[in-house]
Amino acid sequence: MRREGSALQGLGVVTLKELSDHLVSARMRVLEWLVVLVALAAVFGAITQIRAVTAQDPFLFLRLFTTAREPLPSFVAFLGFLVPLMAIGLGFDAVNGEHNRRTLSRILSQPIYRDALLFGKFLAGLGVISISLVCLWLLVIGLGLIMLGVPPGGEEMARALIFLLVTIAYAGVWLALAMLFSVIFRSAATAALVTLGLWLFLSVIWPALAPAIAEAFVSPEHQATLVITAQMLARLSPSTLYGEIVLALLDPSTRTLGPVYLSQLEGAVMGAPLPLSQSLLVAWPQIVGMVAASILLFVGGYVAFQRQEVRA
Amino acid sequence: MSGTIIEARGLTKRYGTAYAVNDANFTVGAGEIFGLLGPNGAGKTTTILMLLGLCDISAGEARVFGHDPMREPLEVKRLVGYLPDSVGFYDQLTAAENLHYTARLMGLDAVTRKKRIAAALVRVGLSAVANRKVATFSRGMRQRLGLAEIVMKDARVAILDEPTNGLDPQASVELLHLIRSLKENGVSILLSSHLLDRVQSVCDRVALFNTGRIVLMGSVDELGRQVLGGGYAVEVEADGGDAVAKRLAALPGVRSVEEPEPGRFRMVCDSDLRGDAAGAVVAAGGRLKQLSLDRPSLETIYTRYFQNTQEARDAA
Repeated sequence: MRREGSALQGLGVVTLKELSDHLVSARMRVLEWLVVLVALAAVFGAITQIRAVTAQDPFLFLRLFTTAREPLPSFVAFLGFLVPLMAIGLGFDAVNGEHNRRTLSRILSQPIYRDALLFGKFLAGLGVISISLVCLWLLVIGLGLIMLGVPPGGEEMARALIFLLVTIAYAGVWLALAMLFSVIFRSAATAALVTLGLWLFLSVIWPALAPAIAEAFVSPEHQATLVITAQMLARLSPSTLYGEIVLALLDPSTRTLGPVYLSQLEGAVMGAPLPLSQSLLVAWPQIVGMVAASILLFVGGYVAFQRQEVRA
Repeated sequence: MSGTIIEARGLTKRYGTAYAVNDANFTVGAGEIFGLLGPNGAGKTTTILMLLGLCDISAGEARVFGHDPMREPLEVKRLVGYLPDSVGFYDQLTAAENLHYTARLMGLDAVTRKKRIAAALVRVGLSAVANRKVATFSRGMRQRLGLAEIVMKDARVAILDEPTNGLDPQASVELLHLIRSLKENGVSILLSSHLLDRVQSVCDRVALFNTGRIVLMGSVDELGRQVLGGGYAVEVEADGGDAVAKRLAALPGVRSVEEPEPGRFRMVCDSDLRGDAAGAVVAAGGRLKQLSLDRPSLETIYTRYFQNTQEARDAA
């Protein structure tokens, strides 16, 4: 059955309203401060570490993102942990919140489709995360300039920029997951708990569990197959995908994200950096996988929402 | 009634093998207030959601201003204002901001928005609290704000789901007054309620739902005649005994006369026969003490209908 009008009618209105709600919400302020403080601590730690140990490094700026100073983890590690938290915080009550406030049927009785409401909420969530991450990124670059006293190179900036985009896409996965559960569960608390539980499972437990599961299916004699299977399983977690992409992007000497074969080392200059295009090629399957995961999760939420009864 | 605004033909909603609405047929005319009445879970809200295109139709069809809510939901939603049961607003926004949001969803331009919102808030008596956060509003104020949304939308038909539910008597009266004023402005109204007595006064016609089916439909007087055997009940208190009863029973338009206690007569008739009844008492040599008129209440009609149905079933 073909519907009249555009499915996206009202999308801009919903997005702007949600964006403004998020930006002034206490929840968002807390999350922003958490991210900023923690990230600044990590960057400050990294800068002092870089000053102490680095002499001549062509990618000094990229080290800002990846260098850790005990006991603080690196900026990237912090983001890998906090970005999902932020995305879940913005998405866990996106749809069930409308049900519980009893605003859903009133809003959907206006001349818009459900598509606009769901997509608008997703865009607004992603928009808010993007704003926060861009500010944070600029802050880190600015701090780096002031404290290191060295301007970043063009390729460094390009890598850092792609890293920013990848981080936004990473947030998109968790936001889509949180919104999927906000459609499925009528209770916001249940949706939050299930999403957080899944995040912990995929980020902490699954990467540790994957090798054990691989061992159950592949004989230890086939070492290469075992490693590849374990890696494939681990890559079901968005956190693993994000970690691998970041590794390829921010450490230009990374030549592969899988097992290294002798043939790959033939003629290679150990430790020599890859050009950006080659690093991107290395991480491309992971990038595509992460974007695909976002799309799949969003589509799951979309289908569930379309089939849902609007009674509140 | 100059035309049909809403039409439901064989409207049916199934969940598996269970019927939420089963073969509902009704029409709502221009400028009419039509009530969908019945107990909770009877299928009223599901019917409304199908009319708005917010719920799939299992069988049958619906038309709102000639538009199919399933194929042309945006067109239907443009013309219809909807006040859901226990309407919700964004608590962190003010009354005016809430209306601004929906006005933008309706696609109104900034100037029209401002004008219409101000006028709507005045109309429902909320202009003084336009800039107060909705979190501080009572239930009655929220219901009125919901009506303001319909006024702002300039809707040609208003669908109100349990509008008086949870309101105190005073707030109910005020809301029903507002609903009547919508009708005076030419808005057709479809309202649902399980509080039969509260909405009886505003409805031109009603459809009584039970377990997904419309069991009775018509004006309250018609239903009274259909179920109770007469639309009006005249209570006569007079001395005079059997002679008075005979005179009253002989009046044209009287369907039955009962004497529940000595000296008190209850006439069920087709019209208001208080004058004739007074004359009959005098003609029978009796002394009239009190005369009153009872219009049949929907609750009585509804209860009696189910009693009759049960009796018929028992007899079968």
